[in-house]
Amino acid sequence: MSSGNGRAAMAGADQADGWEPDALRRRLQSGAQAVTAEIGPPRGADPAAIGRKVEPLRGWVDAVNITDNQSAHTRMSSWAGSLFALAARVPPVMQVTCRDRNRIALQSDLLSAAALGIPNVLLMTGDHPRFGDHPEAKPVFDLDSVQLLWAARTMRDEGRLLSGRTLDPPPGWLIGAVENPFAPPSAFRAARLGKKAAAGAEFVQTQYVFDVPAFGRWLAEVRDLGLDQRCRILAGVGPIRSLRALAHLQRGVPGISVPDEIGRRLHGVPPDRVADEGLRLCAEIIQQLLALPGVSGVHVMAPGFEHGIPAILEAAGVPPRPRLPPAVPAPAASSQERSGHAD
Amino acid sequence: MSISTRPLPSASRTGPGELPQAAGAGGPLPGVPRLAARLLYQVQRLLAPNAGYRWLARWTAASPARTRIFTAAERAAKARLFGCQMCGQCTLPVTGYACPMSCPKQLRNGPCGGVGADGSCEVYPAMRCVWVTAYERAESQGRVADLRLLQRPVDHREHGRSSWVNYWLGRDEGLWTADDGLAAAPQIWRAGPP
Repeated sequence: MSSGNGRAAMAGADQADGWEPDALRRRLQSGAQAVTAEIGPPRGADPAAIGRKVEPLRGWVDAVNITDNQSAHTRMSSWAGSLFALAARVPPVMQVTCRDRNRIALQSDLLSAAALGIPNVLLMTGDHPRFGDHPEAKPVFDLDSVQLLWAARTMRDEGRLLSGRTLDPPPGWLIGAVENPFAPPSAFRAARLGKKAAAGAEFVQTQYVFDVPAFGRWLAEVRDLGLDQRCRILAGVGPIRSLRALAHLQRGVPGISVPDEIGRRLHGVPPDRVADEGLRLCAEIIQQLLALPGVSGVHVMAPGFEHGIPAILEAAGVPPRPRLPPAVPAPAASSQERSGHAD
Repeated sequence: MSISTRPLPSASRTGPGELPQAAGAGGPLPGVPRLAARLLYQVQRLLAPNAGYRWLARWTAASPARTRIFTAAERAAKARLFGCQMCGQCTLPVTGYACPMSCPKQLRNGPCGGVGADGSCEVYPAMRCVWVTAYERAESQGRVADLRLLQRPVDHREHGRSSWVNYWLGRDEGLWTADDGLAAAPQIWRAGPP
């Protein structure tokens, strides 16, 4: 992984209280398992909204994803949300989709993120506007997710834009991707992660995992291709907190599969116990996933229930984040880290 | 990444079995290849650049009128056969002859994460995902390795131009990488930094 330019002001001085903007990179580099969580920015101009959501997570996660107009619904931007997370001393992962911006704007926002000290970016295709609150909007999709990852890697490691123009200094973020291990064509999903790793992804967060054996089959293919060593895998998890949410997921939200066994279990408890059972189930899935070889951590998604994430982690036996190992000495860091991948 | 709050597309937008009417500004509709993959791989060999095709391409490109007629014919044939969008940078030979530019997100490097369990397109659930079709066709012909090649970004200046002329004149070399890119990081540019 490359070193971070433009983050010098953020890092260093605050080490005493454990605040480390680069925690996710350092956690993955150390070989330890990482924990991330997802935060949706507000629909509104409330400057305190992100802080309220991330504060309960401080110390429990290595970073929080800030979504980019998730599900194609307009909200505060992911870069602004990322700045609010930094201000709340919780490191952000800025999500960037290909839905709304062409390659000029995408590269511009990525550069800005680096200059503002945003340590991680997560690059993805994004939902089609047809699903959002502006279905009449023009879909952009100038680049696809693989091409955006490739462009970001080029910006950082070659110090150049797609135009070929040089960047001085180049950005230094950690580059992440997403993948859905379950959607058809399932035989191509591990290879698709391979394309993202080849393009520049250093970590990947997956779609919600409810079917651990199916995830394990995908993971075995990923390991066979050696991809887990060059692209760290964070398994996506989240609690099903009501029978309504369960029915919604089971009716077939694209790309998500819920095994019948989970439905039977949630239907088998009294109505007032469903939420608790859902949390317990989520904690169990986290435990199972973290025990799988090749899993480098979990990514917890609990929209509207972010404050409950620490309790889920605790129930899963995942304690608050341990201290990071000492940072690589500063003078050697840039050249050494720039050359390779996470290991 | 979270998808849990998303409404069901089929429930809210396109009724069961109802096909969207037109592409319009909402982007293309998933294309359905009309010819067997096996036949098309054979045709591909017949269309490989040679002196004759290069002459035809130069002769066509030399005249705006001939270019218009040739391009219109290509458009008519490929729109009907593949749902071609005339990107001018044809990738069909390495996508099982299913057109990725007819994916509503125009994804050239593989399927998005929203493909339905039955292989349906996330955006138009009554239709089949282009990449599910591409995978099945490539697999049936032993060409799955093609799908692992990295497709470089599209040059939108080529939109509406003849990809056959571009192909025969060698203008579309390097649209995709030579291998899966995992051994050595491939450059994103077709021929070095511009």
